[in-house]
Amino acid sequence: MLDNLASATTKPKMSARDVRVFYGPKEAIKGVSIDIDMDNVVAFIGPSGCGKSTFLRTLNRMNDTIPIARVEGDITLDGENIYSSSMDVVQLRARVGMVFQKPNPFPKSIYDNVAYGPRIHGLAPNKAELDQIVENSLVRAGLWNEVKDRLQDSGTALSGGQQQRLCIARAIAVDPEVILMDEPCSALDPIATAKIEELIHELRGRYAIVIVTHNMQQAARVSQKTAFFHLGTMVEYGDTSDIFTNPREERTRDYITGRYG
Amino acid sequence: MTITATFFLIAGLGLIAWVFARARAGRFIQSGVASVHSLPSYHGWYAAMWAVVPAILFLLVWSTIAPALGSYQVLESPLAAGLPTDAFERAAILSEARALSHNPDLKVFNDAAVKLAPLYAAADSKYAMIGALAAFLLCFAGGAFAFTRIRPDFRARTQVERTVMFGLLLASLIAILATLGIVASLIFETVRFFGMVSPFEFLFGLDWNPSDKVVDGQATGFGAVPLFWGTVFIGAIIAMLVAIPLGLMSAVYLTQYASANVRKWMKPILEILAGVPTVVYGYFAALTVAPALRSFAVSIGITDASSESALAAGLVMGVMIIPFVSSMADDSIAAVPGSMRDGSLAMGATKSETIKQVLIPAALPGVVGGVLLAVSRAIGETMIVVMAAGLAANLTANPFASVTTVTTQIVQLLTGDTDFDSPMTLAAFALGLTLFVVTLLLNIVALQIVKRYREAYD
Repeated sequence: MLDNLASATTKPKMSARDVRVFYGPKEAIKGVSIDIDMDNVVAFIGPSGCGKSTFLRTLNRMNDTIPIARVEGDITLDGENIYSSSMDVVQLRARVGMVFQKPNPFPKSIYDNVAYGPRIHGLAPNKAELDQIVENSLVRAGLWNEVKDRLQDSGTALSGGQQQRLCIARAIAVDPEVILMDEPCSALDPIATAKIEELIHELRGRYAIVIVTHNMQQAARVSQKTAFFHLGTMVEYGDTSDIFTNPREERTRDYITGRYG
Repeated sequence: MTITATFFLIAGLGLIAWVFARARAGRFIQSGVASVHSLPSYHGWYAAMWAVVPAILFLLVWSTIAPALGSYQVLESPLAAGLPTDAFERAAILSEARALSHNPDLKVFNDAAVKLAPLYAAADSKYAMIGALAAFLLCFAGGAFAFTRIRPDFRARTQVERTVMFGLLLASLIAILATLGIVASLIFETVRFFGMVSPFEFLFGLDWNPSDKVVDGQATGFGAVPLFWGTVFIGAIIAMLVAIPLGLMSAVYLTQYASANVRKWMKPILEILAGVPTVVYGYFAALTVAPALRSFAVSIGITDASSESALAAGLVMGVMIIPFVSSMADDSIAAVPGSMRDGSLAMGATKSETIKQVLIPAALPGVVGGVLLAVSRAIGETMIVVMAAGLAANLTANPFASVTTVTTQIVQLLTGDTDFDSPMTLAAFALGLTLFVVTLLLNIVALQIVKRYREAYD
């Protein structure tokens, strides 16, 4: 009990202060501040276009790939500003991994998909270690038993749910500290979704996890903390159980009771 | 009455049919009939079609048989009794007489034609008149038939749509039939050629020195391997060594690195390169690149460098093909889902790692398809090699030597005074057929690859 309290007061893994994102002249995120710690899965919920995915992508600077996007404010990882010029974006993305809405395995073998990150970051000095990393990652992603006999088959030949777990394995193969998941189950059927959710439970504690979801039941099932976004602002952030049973804000209540969104 | 005048008159009658039929159908609507199936204009088109199409078809057929009927009538007359019996000479006189009947001031070689000319004038005008009358009859009959069918419940729209479909089908068939006709003529002449030169000798012989000399009933000097090699050397090896890396890199730059502004400028400029007439590339190769390469070769100690080197033609051809490769590669890379690029970048891969390890492998089938299409274009390309590649059929891998290509030799064989039955002329058809078959196969393979690749991501 005491340990729990102690860890809750340690410094957050990532924290954002007054983050604003502009797409050209349009302000898509209007001053969001949030702390993300290692022990809790954080869910971002909110209606379409509310900015939750945009904000998620600022956390590993994926917005850099959009030429017209501009980010203001501070985001730190272990106290270090990720938008400072001394931060190497390649290193940042190795530490803050991402899983996308649609499974996007590379058109390579299952093995090469998982080995992709370790190879580009030079994490494995020899084949045996690489094999070990690939195996560990696939085991942790709950995919090992299904693919261990066909590691050389194409990653794109797997089912949708398997592809998404392959993408998670790929993300954890570089041993990140934070994993961002952008609606990871929205293209999957309920059984595959259940597997991913189970996986998120198992990964909790080892990685800080942020998940964007449209599905409020999913947020309630997998997360300990929930942030509700609306029209580019973060309306409310708190323990998931509070958000869903006793929200402070009117807008949050309206959204989770299905009044809009 | 000439065919052209008849044609325009029938078109005019078609217009009248359109107007009347439309007006008649329009009255159904005004009179408040409960359900009129088609709009008035569809009835109009239906009537116009019936008035025009059969009459025009008849005119087309008639215009091919009327001259023969005219000649037949002229030959029947007593004045034609004195004509030579040789079919060839007789045809010459008859055609002269016909020309004379149209243009009395014409100088004639055969005096016999002069007295036949009035006969021709009479016969031709008679058959033209018959044709025109029949066409008008058909036109009125068709129009009347269509007019009687106009009723509120008549499905004119369906009929018109079906005719439109047939018209479009016909248009596409014409292109296909023309291709088939060309292939048939190539095959026909090639078979004649293979009567004089064995196919084995042609396809595998190493000596290309075409002449009319015949040894043991076979024409000699038609071993086309040096030509095939020259074509492959210039079009598929040297040109591709230039075009593939440059085209691919420019596509990567344009799709991945260039800002929207740069792309907006550079892409059209690259595409303009594709619009430069090949003859311009040809003299650029022959007058600028080839001499420069030769002096370069001499300066590095290759004294026997030819001023019509394979390298000059190949380099310029490669430059010509760059936009082609670049635009195919551009399309293929752009077709790789953005999520794949994001996935790689999110792993911490750099831009060039992403391109090298994810984008290009994913786009590879499309790129390969594009390259094969480019090769098939390069080996069929004529002007550059005619001007820059030379005529010596050398079997050499020395890029500074002169080699010749299939297309160059076709031009060579067909220009100049050659008899149409000589193996030298016919060899051009055999070369053309070979080239056609090879490019056809390349295109089929390339399109298959591109197609399979597209299916993978849609």
